[in-house]
Amino acid sequence: MADDADKKNGADGAPRQERVKPDVPGYFEGESMTRRKVFTVASQAIGGLAGAAIILPAVGFAVAPIFHRGKERWEAVGPTGDFVEDTYRQVVFTETEGIGDAGKTTAYIRRGSTDFDEDPNSFVAVSNRCAHLGCPVRFVEAAGNFICPCHGGVYDFQGKVLGGPPVRPLDHFQTRVQGGQVEVGPRYSVTSQLEPVRARDPGEFTGGIWEYLYPPRPSTFPPP
Amino acid sequence: MPKIPDSIVPAPLRKPAKPGQAGAAKGQAPQDLKTSPPERQTDVQRLGDQAKEAPAEVLAWVDQRTGASGFLTGMLFRKVPKGTNWFYTLGSATLFAFIVQAVTGVFLAMFYTPSATQAYASISHINNEVPLGALVHGMHKWGSSVMVILIFLHMGRTFFFGAYKYPRELNWVIGVVLLILTMTMAFTGYLLPFDQRSFWASIVGININGTGPVVGPYLSDFLRAGPELGATTLSRFYAIHMLLVPGAIIALIGAHMYLVVKLGTTAPPWVRGEKPKVASPVSQLDAGAERNGSGNGASPHS
Repeated sequence: MADDADKKNGADGAPRQERVKPDVPGYFEGESMTRRKVFTVASQAIGGLAGAAIILPAVGFAVAPIFHRGKERWEAVGPTGDFVEDTYRQVVFTETEGIGDAGKTTAYIRRGSTDFDEDPNSFVAVSNRCAHLGCPVRFVEAAGNFICPCHGGVYDFQGKVLGGPPVRPLDHFQTRVQGGQVEVGPRYSVTSQLEPVRARDPGEFTGGIWEYLYPPRPSTFPPP
Repeated sequence: MPKIPDSIVPAPLRKPAKPGQAGAAKGQAPQDLKTSPPERQTDVQRLGDQAKEAPAEVLAWVDQRTGASGFLTGMLFRKVPKGTNWFYTLGSATLFAFIVQAVTGVFLAMFYTPSATQAYASISHINNEVPLGALVHGMHKWGSSVMVILIFLHMGRTFFFGAYKYPRELNWVIGVVLLILTMTMAFTGYLLPFDQRSFWASIVGININGTGPVVGPYLSDFLRAGPELGATTLSRFYAIHMLLVPGAIIALIGAHMYLVVKLGTTAPPWVRGEKPKVASPVSQLDAGAERNGSGNGASPHS
């Protein structure tokens, strides 16, 4: 029995003088590891290495997207003259490529307003993704508010939370003007004071200690 | 249930006789054997007898090489406690619901395309054009709800009957993991038709996962395979739904049932334990000591 052989080599309480020395070549006094034990450990180690060589790449393959950031994408959504400062214009553009209509998203765009200390030559693009759980909100012109159909989240004209379950203001998209066309780019989130931070998923708070409890993800773009 | 004739059941698989019944027929030749010798069989009769014996011989051949009969008799004829009732079938019902899901899922996979641009069209094709496609898809869709309901009822039965207590704690833990895996199946399967309801429900579900502090955002990225629900999200959900989780469920159901057979089931809490019919030796001794010690008052048991 392998176990017996292994056990006898260890401290089993038997007096040293009484132990029968194995009559094998290479045995010396004070041997701590039998040949059998060496091969047992070695074969288990090789098996472990072989297992790791299969499992680790597979796990890496599954978690790699967490650390991968795609290419920055900008899309023209209309000439600058289309957008005014006192109301939003709805545009639909592709946020994720390769999945057809499912990759499209909606933004509400207006020109910067001096009422909010914004540059009149800049453009504000507010995402329609609710900051509660990601349902699509709608800008209601008559109320001047964004309203979510799922759980009753309400946002004011700037996208700040007025009521309901949302945890932070609506996300924004970066904007720029190229050749007279307004272009929308990567998404970013904002704090309750509308300071830009890296994009967060819906349901995650922003600002203060929440920046550590909901850490920024490597797959998102830095804020403007 | 009609009784299967003993002639086609190999001896090791036969239901063990109750004590007191076994010895009666054994070791005594039938009466007619003593008086009249058996008639010579025709070839047709012999062939008929051989045909009758064939299934038993096939079973015996397998049994001789696997030793399965000991395991099977132990499993199929195991003792169940007094008071076992219909509530005890909920686990088997959940298993049956899982088997329905597995079988219908295999056939749906023959027609389904796990691609964001083609998934919805392939489901429409199954529902509208494939013969009985709507039935198989419907069984899979409604069967998932049935399985979730049954697994909760099964858990409730286990809880309220106290069947999670020693020595069955590990089976409760395995059951809870099976419950979580079942919910994972329900969640990942929901996205696959890729219609509006699937799409938005999955977005909400992934975002709920993301609200966990510290690890939540990374969990969301893992589920979506990226910062937004994209082309690989659907294939990822598909792989989890039909390869990863079913394998784990099958393995854990095996462990779950092994423990059920090994440990046995519990009696319902309203069944009281019976008092032993024979008085225990200690009480007999006590009674005797009382009788004997009435004279001197010195009892060895006091």
